[in-house]
Amino acid sequence: MNIDRDIKRLADPRTSDVASAKAAAGMVDAAASRGLVDVAVATMDSPIGELLVAVTQRGLASVAFESEDRDELFERFSRELSPRVLEVAAPTDEARRELSEYFAGDRRRFDLRIDRRLIGPFAWDVLRATRRVGFGHLATYGQIAERIDRPTASRAVGRALGSNPIPIVIPCHRIVGAGGKLTGYAGGIHRKELLLELEGSLQPTLVERGQPVD
Amino acid sequence: MVPSMGGAAVVSESRTDRPVSGRTRSEAVPPFQRFLEANRVTVYRFLLAAVGRDDADDVFQETFLSALRAYPRVHDGGRLDHWVLRIASRKAIDHHRGTARRPSPIGGLPEVAGGSVEETTDPRDPLWGAVRSLPARQRVAVVLRHVLDRSYADIAEAMGGTEQAARANVSHGTKRLRELMT
Repeated sequence: MNIDRDIKRLADPRTSDVASAKAAAGMVDAAASRGLVDVAVATMDSPIGELLVAVTQRGLASVAFESEDRDELFERFSRELSPRVLEVAAPTDEARRELSEYFAGDRRRFDLRIDRRLIGPFAWDVLRATRRVGFGHLATYGQIAERIDRPTASRAVGRALGSNPIPIVIPCHRIVGAGGKLTGYAGGIHRKELLLELEGSLQPTLVERGQPVD
Repeated sequence: MVPSMGGAAVVSESRTDRPVSGRTRSEAVPPFQRFLEANRVTVYRFLLAAVGRDDADDVFQETFLSALRAYPRVHDGGRLDHWVLRIASRKAIDHHRGTARRPSPIGGLPEVAGGSVEETTDPRDPLWGAVRSLPARQRVAVVLRHVLDRSYADIAEAMGGTEQAARANVSHGTKRLRELMT
């Protein structure tokens, strides 16, 4: 008999693809229940498109929009948090629930712990001040710059907000240009508009926009 | 239990909380999810033939959980496919020894077949029954060679022995299979 050929019958590549995917899913669940997953990643639907949520043992580390490159995000988590990055839902349940409640209009502030390892020291000052801007309120870049005692640093504040790894939960969408102008947002201006509409913050007298909101 | 690292280089402490400056891109391991996706089919095929359909899922899980435990200490991302096959080979041999009626001798030398075919044969597939009757190291060597088409050098690396022992294990195992299947 031809052993080389016949023994491959025991390990057919086609059935192994499906079976190994199932075994991998079981392995990932076991890893999560043993506390071996350092960065748990899951996605969820939202009115502003699919969101990717990353949670570590320290708390919520990232919320990303579907426009962001998934491979790059995983590489960044691996490099800056831990290489033990796995797609597994359970550790992200609380974060996804609070986000769903927010989008449903049932939540105005988040009670989630934050993992700030993806946030630099200056950006953390900016984002900490930003977290104090409550639901339904707005602040300008200049106001945030003043609140962190860097009154001339509006541009740096803008950059720090643009690099916010935890949008929505750290509400950088509530920070607008002087006069209420909606300037840049990492997820795109349309998402910033939708979030502010959801919060009832978009008022024609306050916000200057080129196009009407649907 | 932390598996021996095989071809992958290791540092002594967790890198989780250490700065990554000075670490070049080529050294870094990929996110574990990517590593799992890249290697799951190969490892599963190996285990289907080496431990059988009924136990493949369990040994697959043990293999990748071991890899996950050790992963933060691995900093050579270039040979992770060899590394995980080394873990899987060890798990397959341990599993075989754990389930065998009589423990097989330990060491890198080829082993003589022990246990009767009647006791261990899976009635659903005579070929699996024959493979199952091989001593652990012969079985793993034969599967690495004939299912995954690995070189003798790779088999020696995966099994932690010499290339000569790998050749002997493949040769003895293949000969025995031919006898059993004729």
